[in-house]
Amino acid sequence: MNAVTTFLTQDGGFWVLTFVKIALLLFIVLTVNAYLTWFERKVVALMQSRIGPHRVGPHGLLQPAADGLKFLFKEDVMPGGVDKFVYLLAPFLALTLALASLAVIPFGPDPLPFKFFGHQIDLWITNPDIGLLVLFSVTALGVYGVALAGWASNSKYPLLGGLRSSAQMVSYELSMTMSVVGVVLMANSFSLTEIISKQQDGKWGLLSWNAFTFHGGFPQIVGFLCFLVSAIAETNRVPFDLPEAESELVAGFHTEYSSFKFAMFFIAEYTSMITVSSLCAILFFGGWNSPFPATPFWQFTHYLPSLILIPFGLWVLFDGLKYETIFGKLVLPALGAAIAGIGALLLAGIWIAPLHDVNEYIQGPFWLLSKIFFFLFFYVWARGTLPRFRYDQLMNIGWKLLLPVSIANVIVTAGFVLFRSAP
Amino acid sequence: MSPVLIVFFLLAALCVIGALSLILQKHPIHSALSLIIVMVSLAGLYLLMGAEFVAAVQIIVYGGAIMVLFVFVIMLLNASAEEHTSFSKLAKFGGLPLALALTGLLASAMIHNGGAVPNTTSPDALASTTTISILLFSTFVYPFELTSFLILVAIMGALVLAQREKS
Repeated sequence: MNAVTTFLTQDGGFWVLTFVKIALLLFIVLTVNAYLTWFERKVVALMQSRIGPHRVGPHGLLQPAADGLKFLFKEDVMPGGVDKFVYLLAPFLALTLALASLAVIPFGPDPLPFKFFGHQIDLWITNPDIGLLVLFSVTALGVYGVALAGWASNSKYPLLGGLRSSAQMVSYELSMTMSVVGVVLMANSFSLTEIISKQQDGKWGLLSWNAFTFHGGFPQIVGFLCFLVSAIAETNRVPFDLPEAESELVAGFHTEYSSFKFAMFFIAEYTSMITVSSLCAILFFGGWNSPFPATPFWQFTHYLPSLILIPFGLWVLFDGLKYETIFGKLVLPALGAAIAGIGALLLAGIWIAPLHDVNEYIQGPFWLLSKIFFFLFFYVWARGTLPRFRYDQLMNIGWKLLLPVSIANVIVTAGFVLFRSAP
Repeated sequence: MSPVLIVFFLLAALCVIGALSLILQKHPIHSALSLIIVMVSLAGLYLLMGAEFVAAVQIIVYGGAIMVLFVFVIMLLNASAEEHTSFSKLAKFGGLPLALALTGLLASAMIHNGGAVPNTTSPDALASTTTISILLFSTFVYPFELTSFLILVAIMGALVLAQREKS
């Protein structure tokens, strides 16, 4: 019996549970995607001394919904002379693969305290022993979405964009895979949960994360930088967004796509941003481990979620009261009160035992989500700061800088691991 | 029929359909896509046998890197649909009988063994990454190093050829 055959012979409860989890994760991720566009526009606007979206809803909060509706109601144009099958396959492939990679990402250490027909409810959809390799194989196939879209459009600009992207993604996939070998060497496993739990050390807090620790290896900060740069290139984001360089290629590979087919590429791009951010957090920055040591002295940091939620909720409440529309006057204060209330309940965990358990339970997901959020912010930050690279510069960085550096990182880390494990 | 068997037949059917489509499609890109289907369904079959690492590497190396290069070259050359030429005489008189002979040989071997093809290694040898690496770096270390040396030579050869064209 291997992992797959055990998986195939599970009973009905397992399948229902898995499908519910998938539906829930899809719902959350697609909503987060929508608000990520809002977040990106707001942050870039702030960096450029603009206001950003502010017309639809308070602070432009309903802008993503408006955009989504617009995508649905736009005319769906199919240009003449396209290869129909491949043209329709490409956005489907891009979106499916981007969403599939989320299945192996673990969001928290402990299963929920209750069971579903005798099945433990873990905070991940699946946790294979080769989790990292699954992610890389999904990324490896992800190139086809972009490349085939460029080819099938039967148009010059998309073809150039598709060519660029396949060359770029193949080049950067090498350094991306190489840069995580150090982490795998230190954890001795491809399993993401295993990699995270190896970074847990009671006394040292954030110093036991792979990026900084000497424990069982060598600090992976160089590997992290290589991974971050290649992952940004792999997701076709600024400053490596040459496949869709608007000043040269109109919109690159998705020039000929309209309506919801364009939205599928868009969602795929933002989903892979989330995947990469979670990978950065999991592989190099301790995953769900708190940056503070797990000693009684640092116990108070467990109330950090409520410390954030209460002021934020109160701010939303009072900000909502200023609005004249019904949505602002009623929904925002109610939302603010709810957020502040949750924060207060968590804080009440100091005195009430069940609430204390809840507060302890959300520590893991809280830290992982905070780290993911930070790396998402980093993406937007890079977009607001850096100009696009030239194509030859892009290839030089990939092959002449990132690849040698990440190989050197592997050799040094392997040396340290060998040295430590020697008797 | 057990669910494992159902999945096996689904993947095997997908694999065969992909391989047939690879030959029958007229456009190179469609053929390349069919080949990707073959690669991915093969990876699924490896997974069923418990060889997780091999399955992942199959997708990363063959499904990803190598087939992307295929697609890239086809796109770069902007190859269009191929034209059908008449059936070659060599294929008719040499190829067809040979293909039939091979099929017959395989079929008779399978019937002779009662439908069960014996395992070449212990089935758990490919299960974990640790056992694979131990096999790779102890029993098969010379073939492994020789293969990597061969690939290195091929890379250098490609570089030399590309360089000569430039000057």
